[in-house]
Amino acid sequence: MLSLRDVSKTYRVGAFGGGRLRAIDDVSFDVRPGEVVSLIGESGSGKTTIGRMILRLIPVSSGLIELDKTDISTLHGDDLTAYYRRVQGVFQDPFSSFNPIFKADRVFRMMKDTYYRGAPADEWRAKLEDALQAVALNPHDVLGKYPHQLSGGQLQRLLVARALLLEIEYLVADEIISMLDASTRIDVLNLLGELKQRGLGIVFITHDLSLGNYISDATVILRRGAIVEMGETEKVFGDPRHPYTRMLLAAVPQLHAKWASDDDGGGAPLENGTPKPLVEVDAGHLAAI
Amino acid sequence: MSLVVDDLRAYYRTLAGDVRAVDGLSFTLADGEIMGLAGESGCGKSTLAKALIRLDTRMRYIGGHVVLDGVELPIWDDALMNERRFRDVSIVPQYAMSAMTPTRKIGRMIRELLESRGVDGHALEPELLRRLELVGLDPGVLSLYPIELSGGMKQRVVMVISTLLDPSLLIADEITSALDVSTQKAVAETLVEFRDRGFVKSVIVITHDLSILAQIADSILVMYAGKLVEKASTAEIVEEPLHPYSRLLISSLPEVGVRYDEHKLAGIPGRPPQLLDPPSGCRFRDRCPLATERCAKDPPFVRAGDDGRFVACWEAAC
Amino acid sequence: MTTAPVAGPADSAQSSVPETASQLTTTQETLYFALRNRKLVIGSAIVIALLAFAIVGPFIARHGPLDYTGHLSWAPTTRSGHWFGTTLLGQDVFAQFATGLRLAFLVGVVGGGIAATIAMLIGFTAGYRGGALDEFLNMITNIVLVIPTFALLLVIAAYLQVRSVMVEAILIGITSWPWAARAVRAQTFSLVSRDFVDMARLSGRSQMQIIFTEIAPNMSSYLFMMFILLFGGAVLIAATLDFIGLGPSGTISLGMMMQLSVQNAALQLHLWWWFLPPGIAIATLVGSLYVMNVGLDEVFNPKLREM
Repeated sequence: MLSLRDVSKTYRVGAFGGGRLRAIDDVSFDVRPGEVVSLIGESGSGKTTIGRMILRLIPVSSGLIELDKTDISTLHGDDLTAYYRRVQGVFQDPFSSFNPIFKADRVFRMMKDTYYRGAPADEWRAKLEDALQAVALNPHDVLGKYPHQLSGGQLQRLLVARALLLEIEYLVADEIISMLDASTRIDVLNLLGELKQRGLGIVFITHDLSLGNYISDATVILRRGAIVEMGETEKVFGDPRHPYTRMLLAAVPQLHAKWASDDDGGGAPLENGTPKPLVEVDAGHLAAI
Repeated sequence: MSLVVDDLRAYYRTLAGDVRAVDGLSFTLADGEIMGLAGESGCGKSTLAKALIRLDTRMRYIGGHVVLDGVELPIWDDALMNERRFRDVSIVPQYAMSAMTPTRKIGRMIRELLESRGVDGHALEPELLRRLELVGLDPGVLSLYPIELSGGMKQRVVMVISTLLDPSLLIADEITSALDVSTQKAVAETLVEFRDRGFVKSVIVITHDLSILAQIADSILVMYAGKLVEKASTAEIVEEPLHPYSRLLISSLPEVGVRYDEHKLAGIPGRPPQLLDPPSGCRFRDRCPLATERCAKDPPFVRAGDDGRFVACWEAAC
Repeated sequence: MTTAPVAGPADSAQSSVPETASQLTTTQETLYFALRNRKLVIGSAIVIALLAFAIVGPFIARHGPLDYTGHLSWAPTTRSGHWFGTTLLGQDVFAQFATGLRLAFLVGVVGGGIAATIAMLIGFTAGYRGGALDEFLNMITNIVLVIPTFALLLVIAAYLQVRSVMVEAILIGITSWPWAARAVRAQTFSLVSRDFVDMARLSGRSQMQIIFTEIAPNMSSYLFMMFILLFGGAVLIAATLDFIGLGPSGTISLGMMMQLSVQNAALQLHLWWWFLPPGIAIATLVGSLYVMNVGLDEVFNPKLREM
């Protein structure tokens, strides 16, 4: 189980680093194998920062991130490499995730160099083809090509295949489909669903509530670095208790229903200032009200 | 009719040949109509926007006519088009938020812009202030630098500027794409308000997000690979799309409430064709579940239905 | 977690989709534009011609560059192989010119090379690591930037009785890198924020590996252009140093030729063949390098290319 306990991230700001900006405020949640947890928030909510902290790309200021009870914030060198064998990430912009001057399959070679040094060529090739099959990519179409010769959807799937080469247990998916076309989005999303059913735990970071609702088992709603509501997805979406969650849901454009006018819906006005602590409003459903 | 587009063709010239980005598009827009232009990346919708206002030097006008309020728009000539831009046709470009000069205060930038158009900035000032207030912006915003505003605020400032001279046609190119969901709603509703108050006559809203169009558009035109695929009222496109592409597109959108475990959505396999050398016949045939032999040979022409709908498909029931 | 195949929508439909227009690899495309860029072609042609002269010249010269032939102030002639004439002191200008040109290239490569190496080391580290290390390296860069090079070299020249070309080149190398380090740092900053660097970290790559295998190759065109500028700069600085008398001892360089010719009133004596060739050579070499650079910028930056 991947768990976060009271994780906070503070940045130094100002001319001489005197000020403090609390980007993440006491965030706690768990991810279990075979479970998709959505981190939903608008820009500035800190969802990407949390993803990067889980991936050890940014240090944690305070709090604990544990993988199966092992604190991951102190891992270095070989321990860190071993961690990456179990936890990997895919980011938002497929064209930024590949070095444009090299062929796209170089990402696989990098994995081989680090994790499968002595593996014989045919064994590696078989493993590669398995991973590509798992993401529904034809090896002939994607191997040996430069990133600009492939589509965004293919590139994102290549990155998932790369993660699958390692038999990972958890995947951090940071807005991985927001830059893809509508027709390819669903395919990549369905791929995540398949992987979930095979036991992969996924941290699904998104600003799109409909996607979160489609794919996730648990949802965490973030606002300005703090959790305002979290719990089982059906409960959070079906019975939103926090005014922010309600506002978000009301603002989502739907195909078959118009936006409610501002007079009805809404509810209590949003407060600023220190976020309230989370209280249990229902079994498996917490809100900061 | 406010806007009539007839067989518009615009290509991009590249080393390898001509990219036929907009390849024979025809449609009409009535006064006061908000038409959504939907399609995926590479379908030509941004090219269409630029062709209507002639704003991209790499694009070549190849043929076709555009008539606005009964007068032909000289979209083949930069100098002639310059007269009409901003007064008759205006655009809120993609990434408009970065379109403001970062080193000028906003008020000064507007004044310079109006001067360059030969418009008296002073005379328009009360109207400008009125409109800024209408979109929920403090008049003090004129003495700020762009960097001091949030994304949504910048977007609204650009919308006010673009419509200051009450153009007949406003083209809004992906104005909600980079915004948060709550700001998206505010900006989209502002657009509708502009139309309702007569600041603009007709609007073409370009976006890949069909659900936004479902909220604010009166009609939707779906483009694919440089061609018109279907045009109908919003309700018709959303409830009963006729073209296979529109159908697949609509059914691939997850609504809040749809869960993967219960109802798996399907995407559209494959990729749009390269427009350097488009395939013969219907351009969607490689990905179309209804494709027949005829689709490979003859490009479907746009059939007008009795109800004012347009579909370009051999197999679609009309 | 196993990776058994998933019955998803097969992307085999992709194989029927025609290939993208950019079937050329990046290298092929670059070469295509390179050969069509007039500035690049003309600039490099001149530089290569001068290089050829520098390599071959000293072999075909009839005299040594420092030999006193006894033929004083001869105008260019075919007699005794004094194709560029002789100096007031009877030395063969052609031989001197060829040797000087060779030295110019040597100084350019060594001086420019050293400066480029230091610039890359400091620039990459500062750009990648940021924070306190960046501040520290910035401070060093600024200090070296404001050290008056000439004052420093004057002091060193006074200290060293005998100076070789190598020493001159090294000194130039260790004082002319600051602007290049700044440029490398800025480029590195912008690349470090790209996701492929994070991907490399997630693949277990170390910092050093990332700098040399991800970032530097991405900047290769930039680094190449930077080296050309440092090369040209080194040649110019060396010529200037030589001109004011701080040139290497025991040999002759283009700058020294100009110094000697001025000292011996060549201008007044109308001995134009003594100072014109070295002057034109320096100007042409450095100028062509800069023109090459502008051309290269157009080749590497697709937005600057004319259609």
